[in-house]
Amino acid sequence: MSMIDRAVLDRHGLKPDEYERIVALMGRAPNLTELGLFSVMWSEHCSYKSSRVHLKTLPTEGPRVLQGPGENAGAVDIGDGLAAVFKIESHNHPSFIEPYQGAATGVGGIIRDIFTMGARPIALLDALRFGPLDVARNRRILQGVVSGIGGYGNSIGIPTVGGEVMFDASYNGNPLVNVFCLGVAKRDGLVKGKAGGVGNPIYYVGAKTGRDGIHGATMASAEFDDKSAEKRPAVQVGDPFMEKLLLEACLEVMATDACVGVQDMGAAGLTCATSETGSRGGVGVEIDVARVPQRETGMTPYEIMLSESQERMLLIVKRGREQDVERIFEKWDLHAVEIGRVTDDGWLRIRENGQLVAEVPNRALTDEAPMYTRPIAEPAGRDVLHQIPRALLPVTPKPSDVFARLLESPTIASKRWIYHQYDHMVRTNTIAPAGDTAGVVRIKGTTRALAMSVDGNGRFAALDPRQGARLALAEAARNVACAGAIPIGATNCLNFGNPERPEIMWQFAEAVAGLGDACRALEIPITGGNVSLYNETDGSAILPTPVIGVVGVIDDAANVLTRAFPGAGFDVILFGDNPGELGGSEYLKIVHGLLRGAPPALDLAGERALQALLVSLASNRLIASAHDCAEGGIAVTIAESCFEPHGIGVDIDLPAATSDGGVDRLAATLFGESASRVVVSARPADTAAVLGAAREAGVPARRIGQTGGAVIRIAVDGKIEIACPLEEAEMLWTTSLEKWLASRAA
Amino acid sequence: MTFAVVVFPGSNCDHDAYHAVKHVLGQQAQFVWHKERSLGSADVVILPGGFSHGDYLRTGAIARFSPVMDAVKEFAAAGRPVLGICNGFQILLECGLLPGAMLRNRDLKFHCEFVHVRVDKTNTPFTSLCTQGQVLKMPIAHGEGNYYAPPDTIASLEESGRVVFRYTTPDGDRLDSANPNGSLNAIAGICSEARNVVGLMPHPERACEAAVGSDDGLVLFQSVVHTLARQGSLQAVGR
Repeated sequence: MSMIDRAVLDRHGLKPDEYERIVALMGRAPNLTELGLFSVMWSEHCSYKSSRVHLKTLPTEGPRVLQGPGENAGAVDIGDGLAAVFKIESHNHPSFIEPYQGAATGVGGIIRDIFTMGARPIALLDALRFGPLDVARNRRILQGVVSGIGGYGNSIGIPTVGGEVMFDASYNGNPLVNVFCLGVAKRDGLVKGKAGGVGNPIYYVGAKTGRDGIHGATMASAEFDDKSAEKRPAVQVGDPFMEKLLLEACLEVMATDACVGVQDMGAAGLTCATSETGSRGGVGVEIDVARVPQRETGMTPYEIMLSESQERMLLIVKRGREQDVERIFEKWDLHAVEIGRVTDDGWLRIRENGQLVAEVPNRALTDEAPMYTRPIAEPAGRDVLHQIPRALLPVTPKPSDVFARLLESPTIASKRWIYHQYDHMVRTNTIAPAGDTAGVVRIKGTTRALAMSVDGNGRFAALDPRQGARLALAEAARNVACAGAIPIGATNCLNFGNPERPEIMWQFAEAVAGLGDACRALEIPITGGNVSLYNETDGSAILPTPVIGVVGVIDDAANVLTRAFPGAGFDVILFGDNPGELGGSEYLKIVHGLLRGAPPALDLAGERALQALLVSLASNRLIASAHDCAEGGIAVTIAESCFEPHGIGVDIDLPAATSDGGVDRLAATLFGESASRVVVSARPADTAAVLGAAREAGVPARRIGQTGGAVIRIAVDGKIEIACPLEEAEMLWTTSLEKWLASRAA
Repeated sequence: MTFAVVVFPGSNCDHDAYHAVKHVLGQQAQFVWHKERSLGSADVVILPGGFSHGDYLRTGAIARFSPVMDAVKEFAAAGRPVLGICNGFQILLECGLLPGAMLRNRDLKFHCEFVHVRVDKTNTPFTSLCTQGQVLKMPIAHGEGNYYAPPDTIASLEESGRVVFRYTTPDGDRLDSANPNGSLNAIAGICSEARNVVGLMPHPERACEAAVGSDDGLVLFQSVVHTLARQGSLQAVGR
């Protein structure tokens, strides 16, 4: 180690043993540029070195899967010769350092992943996590993130049709910004990120390369401390207009057959795009960095290769078709530059004005990256965590007071303040109202629609990561089924702390195991995703947060169901039991300030039956609305079904829960968060048929009341516990977030 | 009847306008790239919504220099119907076909939501099938839709009956709470002196099918078809 000493390795986030591996793979010591290539490609962010060994256990195959993990995005068959292409990705670290640009470039990055596959992006969702809103910095982060998501998505013209937001103190120094994008492609028109055809030219197109984002992938693979603000230059700046041009031009190019492969330049920029396309195609790639369009002068090959400037694409073009490609980019005022060609020896060769500056086998950067089976240790004290300490509980407040406090809890309250800043209607496909259970877009030219939902409750995962992940997949799939769609594929975004800590790695391993378990039981394959580790600030980790995105298909878009009761005089039916589980609930957090207890149980066979029942009832038009029970339990679910757009009261009588959830039977009945439960409405004439179908499907079902009036009235065993004027409840729910965000308190 | 939908770099409601005209209304539609100098055989021109040129300078400020805009101005000067929606309206303001300017929404936030607008004038080609005072439910999606003009311009617009659409409650009442962006006189849309050029911030093309939340916007497109058909038959009679 002459020129490359320990300090240089530290700056590159490489460990001494990793350096030894590099030397062994190359047969010599790397120069600094080569070391830079390894540092970004072997970063946690690009190589998945801590997580791969676990991710390999996830089920990724199914009759509808057209593309599993390993490409820019996954794809599933949705009929009519079409494919849904989708993926979720995190942009957590940049969004903490610079919320607007961090979130905006997160949106830009995932959109590129989708159109790189030859698909037109048609919908976005976001899963966001913030620290509590009584902290001014958290409000600023939320406002910045929301503006950034809107600023990018609105401008490029892709609707943000849904998502979810939760708040917890563990996200104080580590907000989560997970962005999901879905596109539609012709089934046989999917494009791969693969180089091929020796001698074919390699084109660079899009924004010029600058010094922004150098080592962004390495930044995303380290914890934060109080000097993190100094890393601001590692955050990129987004240009949605440039990406809109790239999107249109690339889709136009890909509609011809002039292209062999396409890859976007995201994390690790040009390095990742060249080595991955080469290694996937089993070929070599040679480029000259002097030909790369540059925004700044005096950039070194090292900087050019590691830059994470946004809105850049790499295309491998068929020799002889260069002019066809150039003409299309010219039309969009984009300059496509030939920077190199495909070679036959599997190496990545980088030249500067013809002179060789780096050469590395492509596979050494990609497939040969280290893979760790990191030590795992179950943290002590889990059995204590699963107890709810009855002695610590103050007197339980009246259910009606709890009901009001839950409705205005930021995690439960309407996210209108947020989604009104997102264009959720552009492309005129959005057929479920904003803020509904799932985002639903119709597919023009067919009778079909796609429903999608992203979910993941960090509190459940903190109490039991395996169960938390099972519940996350089940909830996302249930939300899709509530819209009447058959869940057909999933993507995961796994947000955890520092994997070098055995108890964090244990959380991760458990969550992946739970996710795999649920995917197999519900027969929903994982087609891709993203892992975000090192979500820690000053040594304190976020709640383990597996966020799962599920996509479902509805054959007849006219049968899409929404959350809201459609009018007065409908029967309200509860699917699922009410065992009275309060572990990890919003109730325990809001009322008692506790994160304790065991997360809800989940019977996956029962869950599957419930989802199949919902899909069948929706297609037979026997139910008129459906809403999943989640945070805040049955009482909140019923209230949300009463709210906008129709505004209908209800009269409900629930039997008491079978348990007091370790706290209080009334609270457990009304606010318990047991899984596999859905509140639906039906015309009274259809109620018998609905209950009969449920019985046949083995799904517990019971008529619990009817809609009408202007009051939300909920009784337990005949005694009225909540009687709140609809208008008052809706006001609490709709205005809570905007009240918080208007606050100027420090 | 053929609608030309002009596509600027950064237009993103071009496909929506095309879909509304072609697949919902059943008329002919064609895209016209902003570098074209001719509008072809168009009977109606739509400048669609979006973020032309990224709207980085001022909304619509660069698009007015596109080659196609000369043809659009000639088309308008000949008294033929031009509709600017959202960014298209902003472009019409920038190029001087309509008076006034757009400020940022008064709360400085982007708004995407359904609003209600009242049709105050039915004597334009795009409102000829509306009834006076009819309230339409249509979405808005903009960050800069706060219509502004000097007081004398506002006064002259009002006097000459050129305020075509206003933000109101669902019942047609002009309340400040029903004005989503702070536009002067709750102005949502105006027309040119000759009444053939109409610009509005709400998106009628996004409100043409009940499945997407409203079909109230369809009447604007039906109106222009009706108007042109009537003009056509009048001309035929005149000949």
